[in-house]
Amino acid sequence: MTEPLLAEYFPILVFLGIAAAIAIAMVGGSVLAAHQKPDSEKLSAYECGFEPFDDTRRRFDVRFYLVAILFIIFDLEVAFLFPWAVTLGQIGWLGFASMMGFLGVLTVGFIYEWRKGALDWE
Amino acid sequence: MIAALAFYFFAAILIASAVMVVTSRNPVHSVLFLILCFFNASALFLIAGAEFLAMILVIVYVGAVAVLFLFVVMMLDIDFARLREGFQRYAPVGAAVGGVLFLELLMVLGTWRFADDAASLRINPTTPGGISNTAAIGRILYTDYIYLFQASGAVLLVAMLGAIVLTLRDRPGTKRQSVAVQVARDPKLVETRAVALGAGLDTIGIRRPLPPPEPPKKVEHAADHAADHGGHH
Repeated sequence: MTEPLLAEYFPILVFLGIAAAIAIAMVGGSVLAAHQKPDSEKLSAYECGFEPFDDTRRRFDVRFYLVAILFIIFDLEVAFLFPWAVTLGQIGWLGFASMMGFLGVLTVGFIYEWRKGALDWE
Repeated sequence: MIAALAFYFFAAILIASAVMVVTSRNPVHSVLFLILCFFNASALFLIAGAEFLAMILVIVYVGAVAVLFLFVVMMLDIDFARLREGFQRYAPVGAAVGGVLFLELLMVLGTWRFADDAASLRINPTTPGGISNTAAIGRILYTDYIYLFQASGAVLLVAMLGAIVLTLRDRPGTKRQSVAVQVARDPKLVETRAVALGAGLDTIGIRRPLPPPEPPKKVEHAADHAADHGGHH
């Protein structure tokens, strides 16, 4: 079964419990102990006396999306590297060459995006 | 005991946050609940013994995909109040489509046949012999499944090229640094001066570059402009 594996993660569970306890204590303590006097004016915008003109959530530039996509791709590449690095001693030259081919294909894409200027901001 | 308690705890949070993803009015809150969902699913993977999958779920889904969703939500700029306008009108059609899908799912699940050893495999994804999860994947992924692995590399390449082709636009008027031009510049045009320590503008004086040659005046255009202006006034 998975017991020895889970035993290694028990400290993380303890940390999660402590973090949750501290968070609940802070929020709950301020709810219970603090003097509550709600007022709608406390939540209204303070902007020199007038309401804001437009929505705070405005449209993002599409370049953020491009950066996020490129980040995901190289994130996945790194994720593939972990099992390879762990077992490199057992999978031999075929495993090594297979990863080199994978990295080569992605390097072609990397050179492409570099030359296209997709990594430049302005 | 602790594992069972942790399972029910994480599963409850997982389902609750999944419900919140669907029912939340603010799409940004939906994405944040989705991230909570991913974290709890990763904890469930860990309890089941799939250590590598749990970590990949956090790295890839929480680290990258959720950020992408957030960008997409913020990029769309949809007026969600306006979108909900037709809810009453389209609710019957939507309910009918959902019902048909649900019936189809039920029919698929009704005829689903599990392999004989599926139940025992499902509760025991760890490999025997003290091999860790990551090593077990690494032993077969790069050699036995080499074609699928290379295909995944090609898929990533296509995704990269597609994202660049679709979203990268040339912006006229932006100034980029061109290293090649800088390096290939004629050194005689550049003056290098040794400045003494502490010497400021008082001792050196301000040296400005020569003014660029004046462009030829466009007489016609200026006249046109003036006439235009006069006409308007």
